Amino acid sequence: MKIVVCVKQIPDPASPYKLDPENHFVVRPEDQVLDDTDRYGVEVALQLADEFGDEASVTLLSMSPGGSQQGIRQALAMGADGAILVEDAGLRGADALTTSRVLAAAAKRAAADLVITGTESTDGYTGVVPQQVAELMGVPSLTFARKVEHVDGKVRIERQTQAGYDVVEGSLPAVLSVTSGVVEPRYPTFKGIMAAKSKPVETLTAAELEVTPSSGQSIVSVESVPAREAGEVIEDDGEGHLKILAKLEEVKVV
Amino acid sequence: MKTWVFSTEADGGASSSALEALTKARSFGGDLVAIHVGAGSEPALNELGAHGAATVLHLSADVSAAAIAAAMAAACETEQPDLIIFGMGNLDRDVAGRLSARLGKPVLANAVDVTVDGDSVRVANEILGGTTKVVTQFTEGAPAITITRPKAFPAEPNGGDAPTVSTLHVPDVGHAGDVVVLSSHAESAEGPDLEAAAVVVSGGRGLGGAEKFEMIAELAGLVGGAVGATRAVVDAGWVPYSYQVGQTGKTVKPSVYLACGISGAMQHLVGMKDSTTIIAINKDPEAPIFGVADLGIVGDVHNVVPALIEALKAHGS
Ligand SMILES: Cc1cc2nc3c(=O)[nH]c(=O)nc-3n(C[C@H](O)[C@H](O)[C@H](O)COP(=O)(O)OP(=O)(O)OC[C@H]3O[C@@H](n4cnc5c(N)ncnc54)[C@H](O)[C@@H]3O)c2cc1C
Repeated sequence: MKIVVCVKQIPDPASPYKLDPENHFVVRPEDQVLDDTDRYGVEVALQLADEFGDEASVTLLSMSPGGSQQGIRQALAMGADGAILVEDAGLRGADALTTSRVLAAAAKRAAADLVITGTESTDGYTGVVPQQVAELMGVPSLTFARKVEHVDGKVRIERQTQAGYDVVEGSLPAVLSVTSGVVEPRYPTFKGIMAAKSKPVETLTAAELEVTPSSGQSIVSVESVPAREAGEVIEDDGEGHLKILAKLEEVKVV
Repeated sequence: MKTWVFSTEADGGASSSALEALTKARSFGGDLVAIHVGAGSEPALNELGAHGAATVLHLSADVSAAAIAAAMAAACETEQPDLIIFGMGNLDRDVAGRLSARLGKPVLANAVDVTVDGDSVRVANEILGGTTKVVTQFTEGAPAITITRPKAFPAEPNGGDAPTVSTLHVPDVGHAGDVVVLSSHAESAEGPDLEAAAVVVSGGRGLGGAEKFEMIAELAGLVGGAVGATRAVVDAGWVPYSYQVGQTGKTVKPSVYLACGISGAMQHLVGMKDSTTIIAINKDPEAPIFGVADLGIVGDVHNVVPALIEALKAHGS
């Protein structure tokens, strides 16, 4: 049972980033961190691997324009066995479809039985990569999972829906996308952090995966949107609720 | 110009995203086709017609996303659409992604506007919490595939006739279609419809626990509002996903949005920043929600909300 988890390294959302005025690429701070929403996929993978026993392995898969491996090490520290890093300067500014071509080719090459992803990344949030990867691999997709089980060689999920949830089952190999409510991700232990330093990280280029980056889109303009003006902010002195009541009266809600 | 709009059946009607997209697409002129997945009830089909779809290509609900994408890709070859518009629903995203991979065309997601100028299709996105607008043009040739945000366009019927309906042939996609829905479960919200309500009272992690949503519901009841929530509390299991407001939840534009114990993350703001009046209660004076609030109360929700409930009760009696 080979589980591959797609993880993305992103600029730390805590530090502000900008768009390059020339080519409109995201200008990333040096240090890249693990996209927080990917910790859920890693946790699901580790739990499923435990259920499958000795035969199971968890490999991280990440595409990056090169440089930092900090985010990968964070996910390795949670307990994954190793990582595949597709590093290629030619993948800078890659769109979702190019990203998916890279991830699908690398997951196939690794003979993945199950590919796990988040539902969308924090910085790009196109939200179609899991489905594109599944299509390119020719496998079923189990998406928006808020609960994951393994039943008789199949994966069964609770799929979040507008009305509530559906119980959906699919056979392997498959792609699984998980929400941030699916499990409580573990924090890396000191031992895990030390072990992560020596775990194998295989690096590949787009050419080795026979993927030619394409974009199919070009940015025409970037402009700032007039911001909504902040109003009055007042400290609650025990009468704050009366201010709200007055506002509700002013706008004729009460 | 030939535009396709993806629609799913919900509560006996067509999806609101489809009706919004059809309304917008009427301004492009040319052919307007709806791809409708679900029971295909007469009200749903007529609604699509009334919003401008002359033709509906229908698929039943028990078809996998892979098969829907394959069926649409095959129809693309004969029909040659220039533009295909999806909404943000889960099935919309499943099919858009697969169709894009199958056709080798990019998807531009989170669109707040779509414009057509001759052969060129452009979409506008608001990024960085709605502070920056980016316009992107498709360069790969037809069809341009886009996923639009809820309420990016108003849905307005134009009195169109009942559409011509034909059933789309579903090819066998083998293993890729090997998914089955074993059961469906409702976790319905009580009270007014969140997306249509004139007042929304939302709660976040600052409430401290699921049981505190009772006080949010009571407050909402007193002002005739619906209850909303952040993704943090949906993920924590306090309230169902149908309550979620934001980038990956609902977009609301009520007259009044009252945010209780919500920090105001970018992904939450995009779902509510166009509310007419925003009121926020948060104990942290630095909380970003105050940056968009017309009235901000720096205080503890456990004091301010119960006091407001009492004041409203006294006001009403
Ligand atoms: C790809 C992606 C998509 C997302 N989509 C969405 C989405 O659709 N909707 C959404 O909401 N989020 C979304 N998020 C999550 C978002 O980034 C935030 O994590 C989330 O909105 C935070 O929820 P919160 O405000 O409830 O919690 P927190 O950010 O933890 O804020 C809690 C607030 O409560 C205040 N507080 C604490 N105690 C009290 C008290 N006693 N009285 C008053 N105030 C108190 C604190 O000061 C704090 O500001 C998304 C994230 C990602 C990465």
